[in-house]
Amino acid sequence: MKPLTSLTSSCVVLHAANVDTDQIIPARFLKTIERRGLGAHLFADWRLDEQGQPRPDFPLNSPDAVGAAILVAGDNFGCGSSREHAPWALLDFGFRAVISTGFADIFRNNALKTGLLPVALSTSAHATLLEQLAESPRAPVTIDLESQTATLPDGTAHAFAVDPFARHCLLNGVDELGFLLEQDAAIAAYESTHTAHVCTR
Amino acid sequence: MTPKTLVDKIWDAHLVRPETESTPAVLYVDLHLVHEVTSPQAFAELRNRGVRVRRPDLTLATMDHSTPTTPRSAGRLQVLDVQASAQLAQLETNCEEFGIELFGLDDTRQGIVHVIGPEQGLTQPGMTIVCGDSHTSTHGAFGALAFGIGTSEVGYVLATQTLLQRKPRNMELRIDGVLPRGVTAKDIILAVIAKIGIGGATGNVLEYSGSAIRSLGMEERMTICNMSIEAGARAGLIAPDETTFEYIAGRPFAPAGADWGAALARWNQLASDEGASYDRSVRLEAASLAPMITFGTNPSMAIPIDGHVPNPSEAASAPERVDLDKALRYMALEPGQSLLGHAVDVVFVGSCTNSRISDLREAAAVMRGRRVAAGVRMLVVPGSRNVKREAEAEGLDRVFLDAGAEWREAGCSMCIAMNGDQLAPGQSAVSTSNRNFEGRQGKGGRTFLASPLTAAATAVAGAIADVRTLS
Ligand code: SF4
Repeated sequence: MKPLTSLTSSCVVLHAANVDTDQIIPARFLKTIERRGLGAHLFADWRLDEQGQPRPDFPLNSPDAVGAAILVAGDNFGCGSSREHAPWALLDFGFRAVISTGFADIFRNNALKTGLLPVALSTSAHATLLEQLAESPRAPVTIDLESQTATLPDGTAHAFAVDPFARHCLLNGVDELGFLLEQDAAIAAYESTHTAHVCTR
Repeated sequence: MTPKTLVDKIWDAHLVRPETESTPAVLYVDLHLVHEVTSPQAFAELRNRGVRVRRPDLTLATMDHSTPTTPRSAGRLQVLDVQASAQLAQLETNCEEFGIELFGLDDTRQGIVHVIGPEQGLTQPGMTIVCGDSHTSTHGAFGALAFGIGTSEVGYVLATQTLLQRKPRNMELRIDGVLPRGVTAKDIILAVIAKIGIGGATGNVLEYSGSAIRSLGMEERMTICNMSIEAGARAGLIAPDETTFEYIAGRPFAPAGADWGAALARWNQLASDEGASYDRSVRLEAASLAPMITFGTNPSMAIPIDGHVPNPSEAASAPERVDLDKALRYMALEPGQSLLGHAVDVVFVGSCTNSRISDLREAAAVMRGRRVAAGVRMLVVPGSRNVKREAEAEGLDRVFLDAGAEWREAGCSMCIAMNGDQLAPGQSAVSTSNRNFEGRQGKGGRTFLASPLTAAATAVAGAIADVRTLS
């Protein structure tokens, strides 16, 4: 996982709430056995027309979107299917953070584990950000994971919450597996006192 | 002692390491279910790091999402899609290399992952169960803490049989009273999601309780817990009782002999204690419920079948108005219109929500002696090969075939449209599955979620119909 400490970038605004993972990456692209290359299918049915050409009215296709590493969307982003292909596709497309007012649980988990930072702002800070971006679409936003703040184009800083452990992993670019593997003795101790309920073999 | 909820009890019993401010709890997983779509990258990671699967004996794999459901030729399924075929082959390789039991395409027990766990008696009260699939909440019907995880976490569980978890909040959903005629478990859960909203249970585990829930059979309880995720819940569960025990007894992986008595003693301790407190409680009266159907593009956009499509201009908030507007445009519906009589092209009976024998019996009861309307295609896809055999032994396949419906092999099929079973752009379907997101059943397809009874009535009428008034 690529570490993430601080990020300054322009944003793309997707004016939709409850963006489900079937939109982020439609199921027909899940037949791959790879993690890479999914950016080509990000928001496929919203972003591309029948011929596979970019729809000019879709925000990610706007000239203002070029180089943006932050996606701003409405509440409850990432609901639905547990497919980790959703954050993989966002990352592969070039995003490192998504700003919303709330995230679906599984998406949030998956994002943090793959190096995409979900930033949940208060409703008022989110609304302020949208106003400022409506005025100057290329204005930069800074997300600082160390201090857990998002600094809007007008310079005001707004706090966001991240689980301390996920934050530690992201800052250092390590995943949770290393930590869990180190728990071997505790896991073995648990197994010695708890008999398995089933045996699948 | 402080009274505990069902979730508290399961949680406490699975702590390898309790949570602290800086680290989540290390939670032990009793059963890990695996399928072809969300596992290949996890196995690849294990291989990269030179890690073995810690407990293959607590892991079971099946093939369901991208498998064909067209009839077998010479007893074998033909996988025509090259990518799907490679993905299925990868699962076979992975299971062989890591020593994991696989219910492959030729196995007589193959089926949708959330159908086969319970069917085999693997899903048991008090367990922690995970799968790289959001509808893992289904298994909560047995009083298990069961939740969906992503592919990274699939890898962690394969490697360590544990997960890092923060304890979820606990929300009670109490439904008392007697269900009116024509109202099923599917209608209950659609009403619940409509009431609390698409993200209404985010961060929570939902415990369903009350006399209406108690009166339901296990398959109906599975339908309810299955869709907990559609309200954003981490999991959904129901305390085990005699109905649960009776369902499990005698199944292939169920405890037997002396183990059965010991298991019962444990399971009987699981129900939430008198006076246990929840972070939030919501109540519904069973008597007030009607058959439900969705009109929009997320499962919370549902109305009673004889109701009217809401008007976006009356939405509670601006984002809600935008959402509704967009949904109605996608679905080609007008504010205020009735859905009854709305023409459909396809009826799909299947998915981990409604593909078990009781679902097929309900649909067949409506179809018996009737025909699928001209111009409508009806697909009936059993949840597992066991369900298929059972249905055929009862003659349900004949009922569907005689009515002009297609009788398919087991799998996810048109619920997720990965295997070629899909809607064409602009087509409408009444579906017994769980998601009506844009394009979920095929690019440009329009989905109306409803119960097997409503689906069957619609197939006969050729347009959305109320089973209570079907002639
Ligand atoms: S039937 Fe549908 S919801 Fe259920 S596991 Fe398969 S694809 Fe997922």
